[in-house]
Amino acid sequence: MTFFEQSVFFGVAVSLMAYGLGVLLQKKCRLALFNPLLISVIVTVAVLVTARIDYDVYYEGAKYLSYLLTPATVCLAVPLYEKLSLLKQNWKAIFAGIFSGVVTTLCSVLVMSRLFGLTHEEYVTLLPKSITTAIGMGVSEELGGYVTLTVAMIIITGIFGNVVAVAVCRLFRITDPIAKGIGIGSAAHALGTAKALEIGEVEGAMSSLSIVVAGLLTVVGASVFANFM
Amino acid sequence: MKYVKEFGIILLVSLVGELLNYALPLPVPASIYGLVLMFVCLITGLIKLSDVHDTACFLIEIMPIMFIPPAVGLMASWDVIRANLLAYVVIALVTTVIVMGVSGLVTQGVLRKGKKGAEKK
Repeated sequence: MTFFEQSVFFGVAVSLMAYGLGVLLQKKCRLALFNPLLISVIVTVAVLVTARIDYDVYYEGAKYLSYLLTPATVCLAVPLYEKLSLLKQNWKAIFAGIFSGVVTTLCSVLVMSRLFGLTHEEYVTLLPKSITTAIGMGVSEELGGYVTLTVAMIIITGIFGNVVAVAVCRLFRITDPIAKGIGIGSAAHALGTAKALEIGEVEGAMSSLSIVVAGLLTVVGASVFANFM
Repeated sequence: MKYVKEFGIILLVSLVGELLNYALPLPVPASIYGLVLMFVCLITGLIKLSDVHDTACFLIEIMPIMFIPPAVGLMASWDVIRANLLAYVVIALVTTVIVMGVSGLVTQGVLRKGKKGAEKK
């Protein structure tokens, strides 16, 4: 197995094939749990663990996928620009929605951290859990949290948000495309936005906007909330 | 050449975003500076929509794939998560559902109120 332990392409090839399999499964079964990203992550981790491949070796090949993340995020300006008139017409509702989302995140993390008896360090680690990774890491570091754990929480939140987005909108009877996009983006950052873009153009554009606004509001909000526990 | 030009423009905007992130002492990542910058450039007409559109659509479409490596990285930080696994997972799941619901409902509520107000006029 030494070849696979050192192969740079093996892990990434597995990731992409598993993602493809996930897309196929979702088309056939239409079940939210068959989320391509979720399936890909589970299969890849299982393969890496079984074949005893180190994450660092996998990352040697996989980092080129992540390299594209910044340019892709920059491109989120395009769907947003295409829906500019919608943004101008509804900016009050949009801003109110994102603001309420940020405050709800901070409040619910505060309440649940107290319920579980977490330490101050763990609490500030969780505060930026609903925003985009790069801003979240900065916030966590600034407040003295555990940055690796923040990243893990952001990703768990994102994958979960991606998987349940459609069901949550149905549960809360959120039918308006703008409202759906704002809800998904405020709760589950870029990973949620990927799902919002699949649902529709308006949803995707509004979700992209939420990433930016919610991220910036959280920078301020989290530093205030850090004093509450 | 079309795609080379488009990708070049997108990378250039990313580069300026990186530069802003380096120069300004704020916890704002390069990607967010870049997003705002691209948005401003499109509005002002400095960059035409057709100059970036197709490559942008492609990059956005494959975006979920770019999250696979950091998500697989969860296995590397497993020891940190395991210490308080139940609390973290419950908090992640519950807050995500609540926030999505509240934020969506508030947006929808204000939208509907605005529409009713417009009808009265």
